[in-house]
Parts: sequence; C-alpha cells; structure tokens
Amino acid sequence: MFVYTFNRLLALIPTLLAASILVFLFIHLIPGDPASILLGDTATPEEIAELTRAMGLDKPLWTQYFIWLSNVVQGDLGTSVFFREPVLAVIASGAETSILLACMTMMWIIVLGIPIGILAATRHGTWADQLASGGAMLFASVPTFWLGLYLILIFAVGLGWFPSSGFPSITDEGGVFNLRYLMLPSLTLAAPNAALIIRLVRASMLDVAREDHVRTARAKGLHPARVAIKHIFRNALIAVAAAFGFTFAALVSEAVVTETVFSLPGIGRLVVQSILRRDYPVIQGVILIIVIFYMLINLLVDLAYARLDPRVSLS
Amino acid sequence: MALLEVRDLEVGVAIGGKVLPVVQGISFDVEENQTLGIVGESGCGKSLTSLAIMGLLEGSMLRLTGGSISFNGQDLLALSPRARRAIMGDQMAMIFQEPMTSLNPVYRIGDQIIESLRQHRSMSQRQARARAIELLDLVRIPDPERRVDSYPHQLSGGQRQRVMIAMALACGPKLLIADEPTTALDVTVQKEVLDLMLDLQKRTGTAIILISHDLGVISETCDKVVVMYRGKIVESAKTATLFSNMSHPYTQGLLASIPVVDHDVEWLNAIPGRVPLIDEVLPGCAFHPRCSFAQASCATSPPSADYVSDDHLVRCHFPNDRPSGGEAGGDA
Repeated sequence: MFVYTFNRLLALIPTLLAASILVFLFIHLIPGDPASILLGDTATPEEIAELTRAMGLDKPLWTQYFIWLSNVVQGDLGTSVFFREPVLAVIASGAETSILLACMTMMWIIVLGIPIGILAATRHGTWADQLASGGAMLFASVPTFWLGLYLILIFAVGLGWFPSSGFPSITDEGGVFNLRYLMLPSLTLAAPNAALIIRLVRASMLDVAREDHVRTARAKGLHPARVAIKHIFRNALIAVAAAFGFTFAALVSEAVVTETVFSLPGIGRLVVQSILRRDYPVIQGVILIIVIFYMLINLLVDLAYARLDPRVSLS
Repeated sequence: MALLEVRDLEVGVAIGGKVLPVVQGISFDVEENQTLGIVGESGCGKSLTSLAIMGLLEGSMLRLTGGSISFNGQDLLALSPRARRAIMGDQMAMIFQEPMTSLNPVYRIGDQIIESLRQHRSMSQRQARARAIELLDLVRIPDPERRVDSYPHQLSGGQRQRVMIAMALACGPKLLIADEPTTALDVTVQKEVLDLMLDLQKRTGTAIILISHDLGVISETCDKVVVMYRGKIVESAKTATLFSNMSHPYTQGLLASIPVVDHDVEWLNAIPGRVPLIDEVLPGCAFHPRCSFAQASCATSPPSADYVSDDHLVRCHFPNDRPSGGEAGGDA
C-alpha cells in the first residue's frame, strides 16, 4: 500500500504540470490585461506599457510560464498583482473560511445523506421512503444560488436565527460560535450533495439487499437492523465511498457560487475576483492548490475503497 | 411426534394487489436423523417451500397464505419475529444453492461463522474463533487456522459451500435445509459435499431436507421423497417404495430423463412441454398437458392426493392403470 501511495503521489507531478499549462493558456485567452485594469480608465498607453514591462507581461508566453514554473518549484507562487502580497499569503487568508466551510459541508453530507439514505432503503416503498426520495430529488435539482437566497430569506431575514453574510475568524471575538456564520452556506452547499448521497445509499442498499449473502445473514437469525447495517449498508458503502471523490469536485465549483452569495472571504470568491482583476499569479496559485487537494482526496477515496472491499488489490 | 410437521402449507405471490397461489397443500413430516428429499423441476415451488419453513419469505413479494408448520412441538407461525429468529440459524439452519454469492464478500469467513455462533451462544470472541476453526476442520477445509482469516473470494466454490455448511452447523441445528447445495459445483466436488453432509448427519443426528432436481442424488441420500409439480405434491413415499413403484407419470418422466451411461441414445428422454406459468388457469390436473397418459377427465377435474399403499401418496386420477416405469414423456 505504501508503494501504491508513493506512486500515486509521484503521479501528481505530471498532472500538476498539465493543469498549470492549461490554466496558463486559458487565462491569457481572456481579453484585457492586468496593467490596464490596475491603472484604471485614466491611464495613458505609455503608463500601461511601462507597468506591463515592469510585471514581465511583455515577454513571450512560454518565457512567462517558465519563469513562473521555476519560481513555483522553489516554493514561490509569486506576488498578487492586486494585493501586492505573496500569493501564498493571499490564499492562506481565504483558506480558513474555505476549509471550515468544506468540513461543515462534509459533516452535513454525511449526517444527512447516510442516515436518511438508510432510512429510505430500509423503509422501502413506505411514505418515509417517498418523502426522503422526493426530497432528495427536489434538493438535487435546486440550483445552489437559489437555495442560498431562500435560506437567507427564511432563516436570516425572516427568523433571524443565523447571520446572512460574512465570516469573522474563529480566532476573533465569538470564537467557535462564529461557525454559525457558516451554517446557512454549509447547508446550501451540502443540500444537492447530500441529496445525491441519499439517492446513492438508497439505491445501493436496495441492490445489495437482493444479494444472496443477505439471505444467508437473515438465515442466521440476526436482527433486521443488524442485517441492514452490518450486511447491507456495509457493502453498499463501497459504491458510496467512490462517490465522495466526485462530490468533492462538485463542491469546489459550487463553493464559488455559495461564497459569492453569502459574501464569504473564502478561496472560491477569491478565484472569481482574481479572474475579474486579471490577477494571474493568484488564479494560477489557487488552481494549483485545488488540483493538489482534488488529487489527494481521490487518493484517499481509492485507499478507503481498498479498505472497504477486500477484493480490490492496490498492488 | 415428528421433528417437523408441515400441514397444508400455502404460499402466494403478491402481484398487483392480488395474491396468486404458487405453493398449495404441502404436507409432510421430517423425523430426527432422517433425510427428506424434495424433487421437481425449476419453478415447481421446492425452494419456496423451504424458504417458508425457514422463515425467509418476509420482505419479498411472497406471502405465507395458509397452513401450519410445527417444529420441535412449537407452532412456528404463532411465534413472534424475535422468537422465530432465535430458532433460525440455531435449531434450524439452511444452505443455499449459490456458494459463490452466499457469503458476504467483505468479511472474513471466520468472522461470518463467529457471527452465527455469537448470535445464539454466549461465547467470547476467542472461544467463538476456536470453535470456527474446529468447524472448518470438521468440513475438511485444509489448514483451518490460516483459512479462518480468508475472504470468500480467496476460496473455491466447493470450499465456499463447505464454509456455508460449517456456518449452518455452527450451533448444532436439529434441522438442516439444503436447497440444491451441489447444483453449482463441479461433479467431483458435488459428491464430496454430499458425502460430507451425510457423514456429519451420522455424527450429529441432524435431520436434513435436501432439495434437488436430481433424482439420482435423492435416491442415494434420502429416506423419504416428496415430488413436487407446480406447487403441489404429486407423489411422496419412502425412497425404496418410490423407486420400486413410481406411480405418477411426472415422477416416471423425471427418472426417464436421467441418461444411462452404457446406453447409446440419440435423444435424451425429456418431459415434453414446460411447467405452466403461475397465472395460467388449469382446472384439471396441472400435469395433463405434458402427460402421455392423459384422459379427457384429466383436463377438467383436479385429482386428489390418495394413498396407494402405506405412506405412498399419489396425486393422479389413474395411478395404477398404467404400466409403471419410465415410459412417460416419450421422445421430445
């Protein structure tokens, strides 16, 4: 397993190279350049040309790429054009919000998705199943921004239970209670993904329930709840674990929308704003970090998969 | 009093608000230490009968619609689900047809045997593991101390069926139901598994219900035979009686369809036609469309089950008016 993990980590390198080249090419396709955006409408062509030269943007694209790459290899992701701070520091400032948001979202996905999925499968065909399946269908179809706005309308504006926007750090006054700022955003983000997990848990469990070994388990005289959890859900978990890899990919893009709707100072909103500001170093840096995270999460999913299913061999 | 007494058992399948009968009027006894064979083609209700006795119909489209099952003096159908589960896997155990899929692929075989043991006996994990190794040794799994930690996919089909037998025997059941235990196995392994079951029966005194479509297997292993056709018993007798005096054309057809090794034949003697579907209405004898001795009355009035001699039951209008012995069916 260590050899497998090492090889997978090694495979990160070519993937990161490919991703960085693609991103580099794509952001230079967007019309407009950072110099004119930074200097504003009143800038003269001479001023723009001078700033362009100063930022090295007049050099050929491939030269720019290799300068950036050689800096990255040395641990330097560059300096933000807009903030005039190192890119790593800019990303770190948004990381707390995004990581806490991701953790809370994952918690909701697990806490809501798995028990409701199990309930729907074990109460298959009853009103509880129809309610769970119907609800899951509804939340899987609702767009994130719409759900976010309605949650704000009901729980922030109407009932006043949770704040509607922003997120003071948990190291600020209020401490961990500041997590209530992330309540509505995390629910918004979790809803479509939890709905997916509900449907997946239900469908996988109904599939497994028809397998012969479940009949063997029942023939042992086990309690139906034990059969449902130890024999049906445990085997259905193999398919569900694989889905968590995809869920993470969906979370990244949905987080961009959610952080914007709730004005959260996270990495998702940072990407959108950096694209609008043509802040090339920040965009490059964030994407690099997201790709690394994505690949690590998928490595974890594959390792979990092998642990869940003894028939899967990693060597 | 017999160990198991099944009386007028009826099983139906619920389709679109209606319950269609698939098994009707099944009655038989199984004594301790005895082996009862249930034989018939696919779809005749053998497996459903055994699942109904075991208590495994729940959660499917199948319903037990009538009759009684008495086991060890207890009326099984009057028991609470909890009391029923206390019997399942303990006093009554079952082996299934498909060894390749009947074990849970994600758990070690030892743990699956231990689960059964600890469900019904107060044993520590260590004691149960020691007992699991003993059981694996009993069913002749080589190197049981190591094999106990194997996953099902690391074993062959024959070995998996032995594990199933070990699991079924874990709590020393009074009754073992084996639903086509050897059908999915290679011929050479079939005999080993059957011999193993009978050998274990001799040692433990367990009663066995052996379900098979193979009259050859039944004749070698069973004390009594029940022949089923389309959900009903068409003939039942002691094995010796049945094989010396087959009275139902269906039973004769089943025997005639077994190829004889030293006869050079071009066509096997199959029974013509097929088992009628459950929603086909047959007012007379269910077998008459396939019976070469059928008379006009066979199509209109259903035959009753009558004793032609002690313990020999036949459901046929003309049980004695035909030459007996393998002439039903013809060349299909």
